[in-house]
Amino acid sequence: MAGAPSLALRKPSVIPGFGLTLGFVLTYLGLVVLIPLAALVLKTAGLGWSGFLAIASDERTIAALWLSFSLSLVAAAINAVFGLVIAWVLVRYRFPGRRILDAMVDLPFALPTAVAGIALTALYAPNGWVGQYLEPLGIKVAYTPLGILVALVFIGIPFVVRTVQPVIEDLDSEVQEAAATLGATRLDTLARIVLPTLIPALLTGFALALARAVGEYGSVIFIAGNIPYVSEIAPLLIVVKLTEYNYAGATAIATLMLLISFALLLAINLLQAWSRRGFDRG
Amino acid sequence: MTRHTRLRSLAFAFGLAAFGLAGGASAADVSILNVSYDPTRELYKAYDEAFAAYWKEKTGDTVTVEQSHGGSGGQARAVIDGLPADVVTLALESDIDAIAANGGKVRKDWKGQFPDDSAPYTSTIVFLVRAGNPKGIKDWDDLVKPGIQVITPNPKTSGGARWNYLAAWAYANAHDGNDEAKTREFVTALYKNVPVLDTGARGSTTTFAQRGIGDVLLAWENEAFLALNELGPDKFEIVVPSLSIKAVPPVAIVDANVDQKGTRKVAEEYLNYLYSDVGQKIIAKNYYRPIKPEAADPADLKRFVEVKLVTIDDPQFGGWAKVQPAHFADGGIFDQIYKPSK
Amino acid sequence: MADVAISPPAVHRPVTTEPRAARIVLIAVAVLFLAFFLLLPLVVVFVEALGAGIGTYWKALVDKDALAAIRLTLLVAAIAVPANLVFGVAASWLIAKFEFRGKSVLTTLIDLPFSVSPVTSGLIYVLVFGAQGLLGPWLAAHGVKIIFAVPGIVLATIFVTFPFVARELIPIMQDQGTEDEEAAASLGAHGLTTFFRVTLPNIKWALLYGVLLCNARAMGEFGAVSVVSGKIRGQTNTMPLQVEILYNEYSYVAAFAVASLLALLALVTLAVKSFLEWRYAGELAAQRRH
Repeated sequence: MAGAPSLALRKPSVIPGFGLTLGFVLTYLGLVVLIPLAALVLKTAGLGWSGFLAIASDERTIAALWLSFSLSLVAAAINAVFGLVIAWVLVRYRFPGRRILDAMVDLPFALPTAVAGIALTALYAPNGWVGQYLEPLGIKVAYTPLGILVALVFIGIPFVVRTVQPVIEDLDSEVQEAAATLGATRLDTLARIVLPTLIPALLTGFALALARAVGEYGSVIFIAGNIPYVSEIAPLLIVVKLTEYNYAGATAIATLMLLISFALLLAINLLQAWSRRGFDRG
Repeated sequence: MTRHTRLRSLAFAFGLAAFGLAGGASAADVSILNVSYDPTRELYKAYDEAFAAYWKEKTGDTVTVEQSHGGSGGQARAVIDGLPADVVTLALESDIDAIAANGGKVRKDWKGQFPDDSAPYTSTIVFLVRAGNPKGIKDWDDLVKPGIQVITPNPKTSGGARWNYLAAWAYANAHDGNDEAKTREFVTALYKNVPVLDTGARGSTTTFAQRGIGDVLLAWENEAFLALNELGPDKFEIVVPSLSIKAVPPVAIVDANVDQKGTRKVAEEYLNYLYSDVGQKIIAKNYYRPIKPEAADPADLKRFVEVKLVTIDDPQFGGWAKVQPAHFADGGIFDQIYKPSK
Repeated sequence: MADVAISPPAVHRPVTTEPRAARIVLIAVAVLFLAFFLLLPLVVVFVEALGAGIGTYWKALVDKDALAAIRLTLLVAAIAVPANLVFGVAASWLIAKFEFRGKSVLTTLIDLPFSVSPVTSGLIYVLVFGAQGLLGPWLAAHGVKIIFAVPGIVLATIFVTFPFVARELIPIMQDQGTEDEEAAASLGAHGLTTFFRVTLPNIKWALLYGVLLCNARAMGEFGAVSVVSGKIRGQTNTMPLQVEILYNEYSYVAAFAVASLLALLALVTLAVKSFLEWRYAGELAAQRRH
């Protein structure tokens, strides 16, 4: 769909391998991702519309989905802001310990989520290293939605940093210099020239962090209070339904999450394609 | 290590895994899988060793008992989905019923297969409080007082949590003269005092003991004793309420699997041996109440406090077949507790 | 120290950098944020693991079940990572070098496993291969074990690490455009030759980085694997599952010991990546200028 609309399947190209890679990619994607996901949809379809709607409109389902998606959006937004700052600092400034900091960013990718959950709970529980100082201030983190937010910020931060970083590295300093020579203040240059260039990458990072946060289970489960309607995330509700042998209910919620995520991702991908065209090539 | 040797060691590991899954190579070696719930880890660790020694002596064969532990409901679901369990030793009758009902891997009349409704041990629900009992918690009605924080897992995902819930229900029912509305009110008030609903009993114990959350933990008696021993006898104490429930964790043969694997004989003997003097002794040592107290060490028995116990077959409950759908099913009484009032 | 970034040190170009005070504030924000959210949890893991002394730590690691978990984790990663590597290369070639209809849908589909909850990832394989699932009865009749055995764990791991390599490669290959490959092709080079001679040298760092991340995530996956594992001690427990089991047995030190191995793995991964970036900084910078 990208590029000029045309009736042909693809634009002609002399580069070989289109058929081969398309075939392989679709087969692999189909076997590993699409067919199993189709089983999910199939199982949900077994419920019929009314059954699906009954689960989808259940107050508890809505509360859990709302919690998951709203906290994920907030976490992704926090990550977008701080991720941008971190990426900027790591690329543009030289200071002692920069490399260590740079390496550390990937930690949430590599640290198992269950370990992260246990470690974060140990930190933010009222008797934990951080929690004991927050408790007298009346701030409760562990076992509240705030705790979930902390976990989601933790797992999402590398997505933003790593997608924005290469773009900052490639920033064209000539344009900035030109702007500065023409009398633009640094803030102006940043807002008018630098930021727009970063937006597509920032959006990608935001989308990835969001998508990852929505489904997160391992790290959240330890630090959330898991109280229905208050701190019960959607993936936990799936697990609850599963232990009740309620496959239909579990798959219905999973399908709902999938639909919302897919819609969000697609929207962000399109937004990104649009902004890339607008700023880069335009 | 070169890439080559690493690949070879991986192939070796793969071989080992396949070997283990195939259940042994020689005819004299047999392996069975016991799928159990969370708090039985220590019990079966000790029991499996005793049983292997017994089986070796009796038949000359070496038996390896593999263990899988997790939340009772999740474990039952895994067996339904194909986890090749030879025996299940779960927290609730209804979980084994579910295996029988979904796919029929366990026969419908499994309860009659072994003595005492297939329950070689029982337990009950007690309170674990912080040392010195600073909040003065004596009985169930102390738990609904404002400002008291109660730690219990989610009855939806934890078998032990259902016993906790039912024990509270039984107490309230006895005090309200069988008035269901009042009993509901009591149980609702109790759950309003719960700040964290962990997914399993072990999670709740950790929340209470390690994270310092809550004033009282509702726990299996065996779990409370174990926590006391493992996590510091000077930090907690056990409070036994005036009335509790007789928690009955049953065992069963997974017929479809043992017949396929040809392990019925050893699996049946494995469960039977739980009722032997040796089995009962190990059970009592691990803080479960033995079904035959005379076989157990009197010193172990002394640890159990006399408490008035209501059973699941009491008229107010009418057995698991009734309790499960009424209280714990989707939209059941437990779900209504958390429904925001409009 | 050679640096990756193209921009020379800030002092020479005051016009294109921020005032000193702003820089300090920004650095402070970045350092504090990372210290709070990333360093502290890592420190907790090691402090708890070594809390009872190095002897206890070592004993926890050479435990029979812990070793079995380590072996299984290595095995799973050894299958899942190469599989996704091949897929990632093919997918990025397809997406970066050709214009075709449905490309943005395909890109989204490749990202999809990121947004599928790990719990759901496990669930879908249960729905397909479980005893009650679509293929379950057929598999059982033929004695094929997938769920609650190694193949199921591998599949779930492949699913959750699916997009990592492709995600790293697509933007780099898109940036590099298609001129080089077109030139090679018009000179009559074979497709594979073109890839190995022309494309691969340009993308090898991104490729390596993708593989490292994919590997780290493959070894650390918890949610999806826990649904399909069956948790049989010494057989189907991966390291993250072993951590949970030990934690649930009140063996906190042992739990954190195994966890620290995984954290160590994370650190080694990152160290390797940093080392390579440093070692080949010149090459990388040249490549980025393309």
